[in-house]
Amino acid sequence: MSNIMQVGMADLKAVRSPDKLMTAGLGSCIGICLIDKTAKVAGMAHIMLPSSQTSRGSSNRAKFADTAVDALIEQMESMGASKRRMTAKIAGGAQMFNTGNSDIMKIGERNARAVVGALNEKNIKILAQDTGGNYGRTIIFDSESGDLLIRTIGLGERTI
Amino acid sequence: MIEDFRDLSGLQLDALKEIGNIGAGNAATALATMTQARIDMSVPQVGILPFHMVPELVGGADMPVVGIYFQVTGSANANIMFILSVEKAVFLAELLMGLPPSYGKTLGDMEMSAVAEAGNIISATYLNALAMFTQMTFIPSVPAVGVDMAGALLDGVLAQYGEVGDYVLVLENKFKKEELDVIGHLFLLPEPGALDQILTALGVNF
Repeated sequence: MSNIMQVGMADLKAVRSPDKLMTAGLGSCIGICLIDKTAKVAGMAHIMLPSSQTSRGSSNRAKFADTAVDALIEQMESMGASKRRMTAKIAGGAQMFNTGNSDIMKIGERNARAVVGALNEKNIKILAQDTGGNYGRTIIFDSESGDLLIRTIGLGERTI
Repeated sequence: MIEDFRDLSGLQLDALKEIGNIGAGNAATALATMTQARIDMSVPQVGILPFHMVPELVGGADMPVVGIYFQVTGSANANIMFILSVEKAVFLAELLMGLPPSYGKTLGDMEMSAVAEAGNIISATYLNALAMFTQMTFIPSVPAVGVDMAGALLDGVLAQYGEVGDYVLVLENKFKKEELDVIGHLFLLPEPGALDQILTALGVNF
């Protein structure tokens, strides 16, 4: 019997197989899913912003693409995973509102680029990516199979 | 300068609640006039919440909702979001268009447009009342409308606050018809820098 662990906005968690990780209602935010299949450890982070560099006085590493990748790797390694064996799947980074203010509304796109950059820097291979668009996503990551189930409203479900 | 919302005193929070009261009172009257129905509002809530708690106020991050979003500029920057469940959006649209209630109807272009207009009037009335009370100027942007999961509609707006902290100040008003049905939630999220100006105008910035 597997449990489903909920990951909130600006939050991250790691589990052992066969537990699942879930985060609901990703808009411009991104769900970063990492797995080490040999150690049977999986992790998920729900990031809101691309970079911790531009922020003032926040100690929550799960909020930013750059620091969340580091923190998630550390947490998974403390459970016996190895960074060399980790692979990634990511989803989210939508643009929910179409308004004139491009700066705020391009946040999803900037998040996606930052997450890809942070994973490349750690030499973690991205096996699948479902980012962009103008719709929300709820995602469930299966630590046993490494499948990432993506649910939408009106656009059905898919597994990457 | 208010750097962290958690530094606000009880008196300051009460003053903010009062502006929510005045703003929403006017907005409820405007909505009642438009729909010819009795529209009430709940006592406004003011909260300093971690980001993940905000979607919980409307039923959870994956709850399907209609969101009407405005950026507010002028004397003080803020964001306004009017959120209703899809079911209540249909109900409100029918009320506005003078149609009898139908069940299980979906949101068409016509209904969406009616709901966006209601959101527009509610927000403009709310801001006008605020402006009168504080002698400040508030300019709302054109409305942006979305139908999707509550978390998805809110996270891009919340991300703007993520640059400066881990909490957001939420002024919430619920609108009800005949004291029963909650029609929608109006959220006002002032930016941290804007709070000083609002609190000074209210005479409680100390």
